[in-house]
This record gives sequence, C-alpha cells and structure tokens, in this order.
Amino acid sequence: MEMTKKLLIRNELGLHARAAAKIVALASRYSSLLSIKKDDHEVEGTSILSILSLACPKGTEVLAKAVGEDSEALIEALSQLFEQKFGEAR
Amino acid sequence: MRSSQNDKVKTLRGIAVSPGIIIGKARLVDRSRVKILYQYLVNEQQVSREVDRFKEALQGAKEQIAAIKNKIPEPLRKHAFILETHLLIMDDSMFSNATIQTIQSEKINAEWALKKSVQNIEKLFTQIEDRYIKERIVDVQYVAERILRNLAGREQEDLFEIKERVIIVAHELSPADTSSINISKVMGFITDVGGRTSHAAIMAQSLKIPAVVGLEIVTHHVHDGTLLIVDGQTGDVIIDPDDEEIILYQEKQIQRDKFESGIIRLSHLPAETVDSLRVTVEANIELVEEVVSAKDNGAEGIGLYRTEYHYLRSSNLPKEDELFEDYKEVAEIIAPDPVTIRTLDLGGDRISAGIGLSKETNPALGLRAIRFSLRETDVFKNQLRAILRASAFGNVQLMFPMISGLQELLDARAILEKVMSDLEKEGIDYDRRVRVGVMVEVPSAVTVADILAGHVDFFSIGTNDLIQYALAIDRVNEHVAYMYQPFHPAILRLIRQVVEAAGKAEIKVALCGEMAGDPLCAPILLGLGIKELSMNPARIPIIKKVIRTLSVQECGSDVEKILQLETASRVREFISAKMQPLLNELDQADLIHSNPDRP
Repeated sequence: MEMTKKLLIRNELGLHARAAAKIVALASRYSSLLSIKKDDHEVEGTSILSILSLACPKGTEVLAKAVGEDSEALIEALSQLFEQKFGEAR
Repeated sequence: MRSSQNDKVKTLRGIAVSPGIIIGKARLVDRSRVKILYQYLVNEQQVSREVDRFKEALQGAKEQIAAIKNKIPEPLRKHAFILETHLLIMDDSMFSNATIQTIQSEKINAEWALKKSVQNIEKLFTQIEDRYIKERIVDVQYVAERILRNLAGREQEDLFEIKERVIIVAHELSPADTSSINISKVMGFITDVGGRTSHAAIMAQSLKIPAVVGLEIVTHHVHDGTLLIVDGQTGDVIIDPDDEEIILYQEKQIQRDKFESGIIRLSHLPAETVDSLRVTVEANIELVEEVVSAKDNGAEGIGLYRTEYHYLRSSNLPKEDELFEDYKEVAEIIAPDPVTIRTLDLGGDRISAGIGLSKETNPALGLRAIRFSLRETDVFKNQLRAILRASAFGNVQLMFPMISGLQELLDARAILEKVMSDLEKEGIDYDRRVRVGVMVEVPSAVTVADILAGHVDFFSIGTNDLIQYALAIDRVNEHVAYMYQPFHPAILRLIRQVVEAAGKAEIKVALCGEMAGDPLCAPILLGLGIKELSMNPARIPIIKKVIRTLSVQECGSDVEKILQLETASRVREFISAKMQPLLNELDQADLIHSNPDRP
C-alpha cells in the first residue's frame, strides 16, 4: 500500500536537528518505508542526515510517501507531527 | 594591584560567558584527534573482521552515549536531545551502512572507511545554506571521533569519574562532554574556542557555574592540577597564581557576593547624584531574551539594541515580519521606557546571505554599517519598515551607525522618509514622531557634530569604535591593544565636543560603549555633561551605586583639571586617586578591568 501527502513546515526554525530527529523516531516505529521529497530531492525518512540535507525552512512544502502495510497510520501520525510544529512553541 | 610585569604570572583574557569567581585545580580534557592510518585489507577474512571491529566500536559508542544520556543531570535535561541526535546519526545509513559498505567494497580498514563517510557527509553539508543546519556537521564529527577512539582502544574520558572539584579546561567541549559532567564536581569551564552562544557557554549558564571561553591558548599553558583563578565576570584566567593573588580573589569573591546582594536591592531606584542630577542608566542588548535581565538589573530603557543577530544567524536575509516581531517584543517589554534600535552595523563580508561582496582588506574602514545599508537599500528598507512598525507598540528610537558626515545622514533620512510614506499609503500604523539619532563613533562625525546636530533628535557616542578610530588602534591586535586608552586626552576632548554641539542644538546625548560601564569613567563622563549612559546590563547596579556617591558639580570642576592633563596615565592617576575612598568601599573585583595595564 502506498500513501502520499503534501505537508507544510510551520515551525519557526524549519526542519532542523530536533524536528528531523522526531521524524526519524516516528518513522522507525512503523514497518512502512517513509520517504520525504522536496523539489526533486527524495530522501529516506529514517536518515536524519538526509533529512537535514534537504534544508527546509519554515513555509517549505514537502511530499511524504509511505509504502507498506501501515502506511496510512504512518502518514496520519506524521501529518500530526507537522501540524503541531514538531512540538515547538513557534 | 597586580603587576603584569611578573613573568611567572600568566593572565589570559577570554570571553566571560557565565559570571562568578572560582579558584581551583585544572582538569584538562584531552580532545586531541585520533590519528588515522590507511590500511589495505588483503583477504575476505580480514574484511569481515574489520566489519566486526567497526560494528563493535559503533555499538560501544551507542552504549556510551545512551549511558551519558541516562545519567544526564537534571539542569541539563532540556539539552538531552542533542545526544538523541547523536544516536540517530549512528543509526543513519549514510554513516554506518556506508562505512561498512566501503570496508567491503574498497577493502580498507574501518578508520579510513569511516573517515570517507564523514567526508561525504561533510560534502553534502557544505551545500546547505542554512547556517544552523550546516553547523550540525559538528555532531557527525563528534560521533565519528568517539568511534575512532573506540577503534583505537583509547579510553573514553568519563567526566563522571571526576572525584575532586575541578575546573574543566578543554580546547572545546562537545554536548556529550558537557552532558556527562558530574556537576557536583565541576567548578567551571574554560575553553580555547567558542563564543557567547557556544555550547559550553549555554551549559555553564544553565548550571550557574562560571565559564570563560575563547581563551585561544589556555590548553597549552595548563596541566592537570595547575592552580587557576577564573573570573567569569571579566573573562580573566590567572594561571598558577601566587598567594597574594589568591587572597585578593578570595576577598573579591566574598565582597562581590555581599556587594551584589546589597546593590541588586537598590538597582531599581533611580541614579541621582548627591546634588540631585538625575542620570538615566540604560542597557545595551543584542537578543530579545536579554530585555528581562536588563530590567531586573534596573535598566531605565534600552540605550542600544544591536540588530546584527538576525543577519548572522541564517543564510537567508531575515523577513520583515521576523524582525518586526522581535523589535515589537522588546518595545513592549521595556515600555514606557525607550528602546534605541540601531540599524544594521555589519560589513557585507559578514552577512551570510550571499549578497556577493568581495573580501575587503580593511573591513573596519570598508563597506559596513550605514554604508552597507545605503548601498543595499532593499535590505535597509526592510529593516526600517520593521522598526517603524514596532514603533506603534512602544517608545522606539531609531539610530544610524557609523555616520561620518551629513551627506550619509541625509541619504539615510531620505530612505526613511520614503519608507514612512510607503507605510502611510499602505495604511500601516507607526509612530510618526519616532526620534531619529546617529551613533557618533567616527572622528569626522565629532568634528562636524554641530552640523549633524541640526538634523537629528539625539546623539549616542559609541566609545569603543570612536577610541579605535581616533587613536588608530585595533584593540584585538595584541601588539597595540595596550594603547587603546579611554582616558587619552584626545578621547575626552572628542566627547566634550559632541556634548557641546548637542547642547547648542538642544538635543540629547547619550554614551554607549564600555566606558559607560566603567566606574572610573563615570565621574569624568558626568563632569563632561553626559546624563545618559547605556551599558552591559550586568554593570548597571554598580554604576548606579557609583553615581549616587558623586556630586556633579565636583565632577565638573575635576574635569576642568583633567582636561589640562597631558597623558592618559596622568588622567588615570588623577581619577584613581580621587575615587580611591569609593573604590575601597565598593567591590574591588568589579573594578578589576580598570587595571591600567589593560583597557
């Protein structure tokens, strides 16, 4: 099963180390494979360094793709993480 | 007073990042790099053994970090995520799998393969523009260094094992280092590298222990067990102090504690001389976060809000809204007292946002501050809009840095007018009577101060740069730094000239710069007619206290005598003698940087 969703980065600092770490931690809890794509760059959702290398500031839109049995749940949880600004105040 | 001629005493001065005095033994933390040798593996057996070696070292590193993370002391908990990041880096396929693959495909040893992985990641990170993300490469390097140490069988230095109370001395401290510290045993940190926002600085502040960073060479001069005095207020580190110095600093320590608890209570009261002259004492700040501590220390306004941070922080130019939010917050917190926002005071070479200016051979005399703003007018307008919008929310004053003559001021004002009329058209609110001033820090501006005075609402004398430009002294150049003299007769005359020009035009004149926070300068500045001082927030309580003991009339007649003196050292002698009773009463420690040997 494959799920994709466009996600907007809303937190002030963008996809920095703490936010990227949360994505990786989340992705590793699911069996589905997560990838994140910005423009033409697509990276593994389990690689913190690759996610950092996308260098996404606030306001960037990325495309998340999950492939596997629990892809729907993974995308749903990820989408919430983005909504909640990775738990950051602003 | 201590003699700097004594060869045995080595005093280094770094950047004071966390206050307090400590006297204790050094504990040198060795962070020298492991040397990496290339080795070709001849057969499959060696290859698989090498892969196992790497996996074992990797696993070991993970366990070490996890252990540090579990033992992390409570005040540092909020920084634990950095260690989380280190664990994730070790799990990252670009890091670990890539290294294993390199061992297998290129038949090379684990150390060399790991080095290649790190180089590849470094290459990837150099392309990143965002400075904060780019800096995360240091985490990759820290982790790699730990694994290399494991591979070499070198012991990981465990700062938990420290048994006696020590001062940690290191080239630099990684987050894993500072997180693993047994805080009950660490008296303070001193490091070769780093600045106010370095990791060690932030940690020391969280732990409320003294720290001095940016000492450059301290690790070369200190061994395990070397006795040190660290003054986290002045940034002084004394290596191998003699008994006299130890006693001096112990006294300072006691006096400072006593003194601080006393003056902080009084710091909210106004600073008024014995003959009833009210002096306005304000704070210099750089970050929004500093406003509260400025107020706590008794600041009656922000006399200098430096705005460079946003431009240095990221590779993208800051957005107008971002600037506006910060300026507004400062204006709101400090209101009804004023905040003086200084427009960008940077050289093009220091702005990371690829404006594409070439390196200058002499940046202090180059395209910086207002000159830069007048050239990059879009950047300038963006900032002016943010400042003006914030002016609707408090008592905002606007100040142009490094003005050298009237034309620059007129050009800057013309752009300001344009921005104002734009806002008007857009129906955006701002304070139409916002006061506009200039920073007087170029000697030519002093000479034409009477001309400039007709076109501004206030002057603020920036003594740090003024001294540097007037005396042609680069204060960070160790060969000439001793000639950086605030008491130089030329400097006193320059200040007087500015005050007179302001007086004739009936505009206000303030003084920011380190002179404002120096108790020895206070009587001279008051005598010269300065009634508004802006300084590092930590200096406010003591300066207020000094002002309360002064008589402005006496300061005035003293200044007449001082202006007759022909050298900086005579001025210093005069004022030191005059102030001696007060110096004795006040905390000597706070006056240490009035030492004649150093600025």
